[in-house]
Amino acid sequence: MDDSNQQKVGQISGAEIIMRCLQEENVKFVFGYPGGAVLHIYDALFKQNHFKHILVRHEQAAVHAADAFSRATGEVGVALVTSGPGATNAVTGIATAYMDSIPMVVISGQVPTAAIGMDAFQEVDMVGVTRPCVKHNFLIKDVRDIAITLKKAFYIAASGRPGPVVVDIPKDITAEFAEFDYPKTIEMRSYTPVVKGHSGQIKKAVKILLEAKRPMIYTGGGLVLGDASNELVKLARALGYPVTNTLMGLGGYPATDKQYLGMLGMHGTYEANNAMQDCDVLLAVGARFDDRVIGNPDHFLSVPRTIIHIDVDPSSISKRVKVDLPIVGHVQSVLAEMNEVLAAETIKPDAAALKTWWAKIDVWRAKKSASYDGSSSTIIKPQYVIEKLCEVTKGDAFVTSDVGQHQMWAAQYYKFDKPRRWINSGGLGTMGVGLPYAMGCQLAFPDAQVACVTGEGSIQMNIQELSTCKQFHLPIKVILLNNRYLGMVRQWQEFFYENRYSESYMDSLPDFVKLAESYGLIGMNIDKPGDVEGALQDAFAMKDKFVFMNFMTDQKENVFPMVPNGKGISEMILGSDTNANDAADEMEG
Amino acid sequence: MKHIISLLMENEAGALSRVAGLFSARAYNIESLTVAPTEDATLSRMTIVTSGSDEVIEQIIKQLNKLVDVVKVLDLNDGRYIERELMLVKVKVKATGALREEIKRISDIFRGRIIDVADGSYTIELTGSGSKLDAFLEALDKTVILETVRTGASGIGRGDRILKV
Repeated sequence: MDDSNQQKVGQISGAEIIMRCLQEENVKFVFGYPGGAVLHIYDALFKQNHFKHILVRHEQAAVHAADAFSRATGEVGVALVTSGPGATNAVTGIATAYMDSIPMVVISGQVPTAAIGMDAFQEVDMVGVTRPCVKHNFLIKDVRDIAITLKKAFYIAASGRPGPVVVDIPKDITAEFAEFDYPKTIEMRSYTPVVKGHSGQIKKAVKILLEAKRPMIYTGGGLVLGDASNELVKLARALGYPVTNTLMGLGGYPATDKQYLGMLGMHGTYEANNAMQDCDVLLAVGARFDDRVIGNPDHFLSVPRTIIHIDVDPSSISKRVKVDLPIVGHVQSVLAEMNEVLAAETIKPDAAALKTWWAKIDVWRAKKSASYDGSSSTIIKPQYVIEKLCEVTKGDAFVTSDVGQHQMWAAQYYKFDKPRRWINSGGLGTMGVGLPYAMGCQLAFPDAQVACVTGEGSIQMNIQELSTCKQFHLPIKVILLNNRYLGMVRQWQEFFYENRYSESYMDSLPDFVKLAESYGLIGMNIDKPGDVEGALQDAFAMKDKFVFMNFMTDQKENVFPMVPNGKGISEMILGSDTNANDAADEMEG
Repeated sequence: MKHIISLLMENEAGALSRVAGLFSARAYNIESLTVAPTEDATLSRMTIVTSGSDEVIEQIIKQLNKLVDVVKVLDLNDGRYIERELMLVKVKVKATGALREEIKRISDIFRGRIIDVADGSYTIELTGSGSKLDAFLEALDKTVILETVRTGASGIGRGDRILKV
């Protein structure tokens, strides 16, 4: 260490080592923002051309964009921020990725080693701050550890149940010199994620599935992250069983397929939620029975059913709901093996029972729970905008969303037939992700249609990124469903707080068209239902232009069906209930 | 129910805080926690005394295993084990008198050792299971106890139950 600030033959600086590591990992984009502690790194970055740096306008957006790049491509996203405020600004993005298990490496600058603990300028204990919201984190204390640590960081982020890894690097370390040696592979005795599922358990699972009278398949974000969509479709079609996806799992099974029952959960369809409650055998794949999905676990467990749960993370199994047959393994590998076992099986699913079951499901389907009153010719229904968005983009866009009512409508009314097309913050529920998520998707797929469905509350949480979109010529289409309310907050206040709309009205909104134009982007105001489709067609016809579409929508529209907080999954309020508001009051009481 | 969990982890800066942070973040009970390096300097051995329902203990074990620095986890309650804890107790005694004799006798009964004798006090060293140490404190008159310090339990499996990499 003593002589590591003297460059010797064959040695390069710590900052250059970081560049070489990113090159070895085939990183295409680094999303970041410079500052004092990362000046050496940015100087090395200036001299390389292996990856492109995307300068955001706030570190939170850098992390969200890297996160979306990963969600859309399956590759590890990379963000680079400076110490102190740069690092803390990144925390919301890191926690968002952690809750949804997104593989990411976040490199943060740190004050020089000698200054650590001295309350130095722009010092924060990043390893301490991020500990509860990362898969793992590192503080590098020796220039010779940079390469091995980054190798570990990428390996940990992408393997097992993926997640964000923070690597905190003091400024002096990036100026010191060492030889560069990037390990090809890495083994860690303390970290050995399981891949293959237990064959005996898999055989048992197939047997239980074939004996089912009222089967149900429930898949989540893990199926999408595990790239197991093809294996699931093969299994579901071979069995002929109904399938539902969670909010995080949309696109895991094609939404336009007849075996698909729609999304389940707090705002799931009547058929999906009832089938979930009523089934006798449940196959859960890469899903975690969380509170927004099954509601009250005691209500869910009040009826008997056999649960098979496939997940790469043992701690997800039997966490909220006791499982009968756990299979720990990579979902793709496990489902592929299940398909093999099923193909060799002579027993077939119980056709008569299945027919009765589908007849019951069709009765639930006939309720058409995901529908709305579209008769007004003066007021734009938000659901209508999403339906038209789906039509105009032929169901083939990357759709990012923020958090709130618009998110639920996008999830309900856009029909995702492919995985990795629906990009949203499911676990943490982070308002403000929509625009940076769209940036990450558009950079990953420059020719694809990218729509950011948002609300006037959410979009203002990262509105500064319009500047980034201008700089990098990103032809994103912002679909703002502007109802002048924090809609989901207002909905809960209407239902559960006797219409006391405490701080949920959005006053003093900017003129979004002029705002977009001030960045040299295109803005559109749409306030009549008859103009919705044409405006969308015009906007998406401008393939190389960023268009900010401000739809003035119905202020009082609510999201239905709805399972009130703490209720059972089948205890839904439907929009068709004569007075949904009273129904909600009653259930809450 | 009370459980004693033993684990081996990489002897790295911050490893202890990951375990402590996990327990507070997920609202798990923690009665005591002891940690020290092993004969292999790259590994630390930790003993955690916790309590909870079977479901909670199952989650604790899984969550501990999930920590990247943790190499191996063993719930000692799954089999036969030995638990030992060290306690130092300082008691108030006059330079002469019956109390001095009485304290010495109780200490002997519990196989304690008086390791410091001063004009006004004895300091007693006692080793055993947590419940034995509790019993010793119960046997003493509360008003004579000046100070107690306990290490928290260390545990090890009996016979061929071995936690090793």
